[in-house]
Amino acid sequence: MYEVVAFYLFAALTITMFTITVMTKNALYAMTSLAAGMIFISAFFFLLDADFLGVVQIIVYSGAVMAVYAFGMMFLDTLKDVKEKNPSKKIVFFLSGMIALLLVIILLTPMISDKVQALYPVSDELGNAEAVGIVLFTKYLVPFEVAAIMLLVAMIAGIILASKRMDESITLKVDEEIEKEVKGSQ
Amino acid sequence: MESAFVIETIIKILVVLGLFSALAGFATYVERKVLAFMQRRLGPMHVGPWGLLQVLADGIKLFTKEDFIPQGANRIIFMIAPVITAASAFIAMAAIPMFPEFTIGGYTVRPIISDINVGLLFVLGVMAIGLYGPLLAGMASGNKWSLLGAARTAVQFLSYEVVTGLSVLAPVMIVGSLSLIDFNNYQAGGISNWLVWKQPVAFILFLIAGFAETNRTPFDLLEHEAEVISGYATEYSGMRWGMFFIGEYANMFTIGFLASLIFLGGFNDLGFIPGAIAILLKVFFFIFLFIWARASWPHIRPDQLMWLCWKVLMPIAVINVVITGIVMMF
Repeated sequence: MYEVVAFYLFAALTITMFTITVMTKNALYAMTSLAAGMIFISAFFFLLDADFLGVVQIIVYSGAVMAVYAFGMMFLDTLKDVKEKNPSKKIVFFLSGMIALLLVIILLTPMISDKVQALYPVSDELGNAEAVGIVLFTKYLVPFEVAAIMLLVAMIAGIILASKRMDESITLKVDEEIEKEVKGSQ
Repeated sequence: MESAFVIETIIKILVVLGLFSALAGFATYVERKVLAFMQRRLGPMHVGPWGLLQVLADGIKLFTKEDFIPQGANRIIFMIAPVITAASAFIAMAAIPMFPEFTIGGYTVRPIISDINVGLLFVLGVMAIGLYGPLLAGMASGNKWSLLGAARTAVQFLSYEVVTGLSVLAPVMIVGSLSLIDFNNYQAGGISNWLVWKQPVAFILFLIAGFAETNRTPFDLLEHEAEVISGYATEYSGMRWGMFFIGEYANMFTIGFLASLIFLGGFNDLGFIPGAIAILLKVFFFIFLFIWARASWPHIRPDQLMWLCWKVLMPIAVINVVITGIVMMF
């Protein structure tokens, strides 16, 4: 009983939050509802007894959306509405609606034909983290390692892009020195 | 059966909520007193004996103050932000085993609201969500000082989360579980079994990151008075301001409980001291440590904070994890 109530509550909350993310013109509302929606999704994992994935959902997405906030702070005045230019609204709505419908159909078909079975069901003997670990390091070892290498490549690329003039500190400089440099470079 | 479980959980939630709200208020009194004695002052003295009723007076003041929302602010987000901080601080406590099991009238009570088997990750993750409060408050206030506070929140959150995670990784490898109850049971049997002897580096890293996560001096850049007025809290007054601080003090208790459970033997009996009192002593020691550090250390600059996190703490944490792995393998 409680699980059904919780499911519908969080389903409604998640859908509301992501609707706000898409519909609003204010960047602050969009980012906040995105973060809230991501956290409400973790409730479904908890309802399915997948505690580990639920917690990972919270940790990963709270950090990721925090980075989006940092960009929002840099590029936008988050208190004002963003003026959007989308001249042909009908096409956008039609296409996104069709894509959403297609996704729903793709995900629903196996459920209707009753061919979905849990390959790795939650077991009582193994904890969540152990179960995930066993699958990750046996069946999915290669994708896991490839993902790790891709992250390493991304990290090195990020360091190289950001490392220009990293040896001098901007904080310790006097304003005039910086201005002089800016003028010199122009 | 199920209704009994629900009633028990609701009672536990109410006890945790009431107890830690009161303790958070009391901690402000203790903090002012300890700071005063360290600076050779008396602290609050006028309200009640030794100023003990000062907490109550502060509470009345906070509740009756006008709830002020600036004109240029984003009203909804401005009003939600403090609730996020306070709520997430208490939600994080749901997975902490506070005391050993005890029985009342033949009914065994487990003093933990929800025993999920990844308790440690849950507590750390939800505690980190609390930093969304300052971030949203700063961005919604429509004030440059607040925005600077919000920017610092984002920076602090993104960097110190890494150190916290890496520092508890080594103890997790040794214990082989993410459940805080397993951590406690692993250290049963006296001081020599405490994890702090096996993982002293991780303990110190965790404490330093804990100061940053709870936004305490020397890492309280979010509301650094000398630089950004009061940071994210500049525009707040009354109970909304109070909620930020209930959240902060509740987080201090959470970090205290976590450090005691992971590194200092948790609620195991300590010689002749029963377990429940032992863990309380440890937690209050950590609270005292927070206040002590505030009295004796100056604030640090944001660039020093980043330098400390990425160039000192994170490499040490990674090396610690690698060494732990090598030792465990052979």
